[in-house]
Amino acid sequence: MTLTGALEAGIEVPAGERVIDVRDLRMRYGSQDVLDGISFAARRGEVLALLGPNGAGKTTTIEILEGFRMRSAGQVRVLGVDPAAGGERWRARLGVVLQSWRDHGKWRVRELLKHLGTYYADYSTPEIRRPWPVDDLIEVVGLAPHAGKRIGRLSGGQRRRLDVAIGIVGRPELLFLDEPTVGFDPAARREFHDLVHRLTDVDDTTILLTTHDLDEAEKLADRIVILAGGRIIADGSADELSRQVAGESEIRWTRDGSRYVHSAADATSFVRKLFLQYGDDIGELEVRRTSLEDTYMTMVREHEGTNR
Amino acid sequence: MSAATTIVRTGLARGGIELKQTLTNLTDLWTYLFPSVLLLGTIFFMGDAKVPGTDFSLGARTLPSTFGMSLAFGGLVMVAQLLVGDREDGTLLRAKATPNGMGGYLIGKVVQVSGMTLIGFLIQLLPGLFLVDGLRIDASGWLTLLWIVPLGLIATMPIGAVVGSLLDSPRSFGLVMLPIVGLIAISGVFYPITNFPGWLQGVAQVFPVYWLGLGLRSVFLPDALAAVEFGHSWRHLETLGVLSVWTVAGLVLAPIVLRRMARRESGSAVAARRERAMAARAV
Repeated sequence: MTLTGALEAGIEVPAGERVIDVRDLRMRYGSQDVLDGISFAARRGEVLALLGPNGAGKTTTIEILEGFRMRSAGQVRVLGVDPAAGGERWRARLGVVLQSWRDHGKWRVRELLKHLGTYYADYSTPEIRRPWPVDDLIEVVGLAPHAGKRIGRLSGGQRRRLDVAIGIVGRPELLFLDEPTVGFDPAARREFHDLVHRLTDVDDTTILLTTHDLDEAEKLADRIVILAGGRIIADGSADELSRQVAGESEIRWTRDGSRYVHSAADATSFVRKLFLQYGDDIGELEVRRTSLEDTYMTMVREHEGTNR
Repeated sequence: MSAATTIVRTGLARGGIELKQTLTNLTDLWTYLFPSVLLLGTIFFMGDAKVPGTDFSLGARTLPSTFGMSLAFGGLVMVAQLLVGDREDGTLLRAKATPNGMGGYLIGKVVQVSGMTLIGFLIQLLPGLFLVDGLRIDASGWLTLLWIVPLGLIATMPIGAVVGSLLDSPRSFGLVMLPIVGLIAISGVFYPITNFPGWLQGVAQVFPVYWLGLGLRSVFLPDALAAVEFGHSWRHLETLGVLSVWTVAGLVLAPIVLRRMARRESGSAVAARRERAMAARAV
């Protein structure tokens, strides 16, 4: 397979449209390189998923982009500004949703959103009215029945929705989502995905998300960047990535009331032979290309193999 | 509206909301009431004891001293405690992720702690007035109150913020409480320190607790009682001097330490602290 990422990814996106532009980013703690020269870019309105095993450097990357952590070397531009020197005006254009927040437990949902929103009013522009009107926002994230509740009494899923609401209260141009749907039930997850689509389609928000849920990454992300061992080992759409890995497709069918499953590298020729042999007896035929999960596992395993 | 106006206005609103919250849940109400119950109990059991060398009730001398102590305690301990808690649960990181959020947060904390200290003060003062005889306040007393309470808060809150920034978790709070309890013991709150060894008197007079106790005694006690203090005087000038030195030191030091602490806040820092907290709870 090819190792993409590096500088080619940056060239794909025209310079003027880059909301995130990272070149040769390095992070070193003591003698250990956590990020070993990564480069990628994101364009306006794009959903970019950052995947990788634990310890691959995802969190470090996001924290550098958020301006919460200083980098060792490399060029970083977020909304055209170096995050290490980003001021309050820059901060007002970002939204951050992190994991494991337990703050403001004594506040009420509406009260906190209203309060945090007031910080953004100074940064309202004719194009982007800030903050998001609090009742609309509560409606959008589905917290209307809980608007008067104490935050400490929300369930895990409701709390995450509140975190998302706080992340978008300032109508961010760029939103960071760190494992946004951990602890969501399938219905809440579906609603959350609809919300993400709304943000990117209606408001043209750029989103950088990390997740361990590959199905979610496939559904949400326009592009996927895979980090492993401090390097980018793949960068592209889910389709492009799966084409890079010479995977086998899965073929399922039924015949005479029995179910069959078979894996083949060349699904087309297998299916042709199948029909030649059994003709009309074949029913419920399904051909599935390698899933993102398979692609991801193969890529990470190959990467670890070459490093060992 | 300029950013500065927003910071002040939002910070004030924030402090008001958080102050109101302390009045609407049982845990916080208990932290208001507990010290005054303890204190009034102590004074009750002092009974007929007199201030040495006078026939003035020891209880009546103790009550204003403890007002001074509570003021210092509010500024030092409460600020430190709230700061450590807010760092652990992510409130500070939230402020950092919000434009001008840190400024609003700090103003909010100042309002909240000042308000909590004043409420605590009233909760002790009102029943105290019925319990002991001999407290009185005149025009010059009111005037003293007007400068010493705000000065006491500005002298102690930045130091509390420094302590809170240096502590890593609520569980290391015991390390701070021990010296503070010691400090209170030598600061003449419950008993005059004029008979203590000279070096101990010297140590006590470096810290704000002694001076706030002295200042509040001067407000509520008859001037004749100044005779049992050092120099037979309420020493307002010295009080102003020592508290001002603490104020300046605090206001110089606190922004440096706070900024350093805030710079280190990130999602992974909060997550790591949370894991440590859970591990500590499991043990």
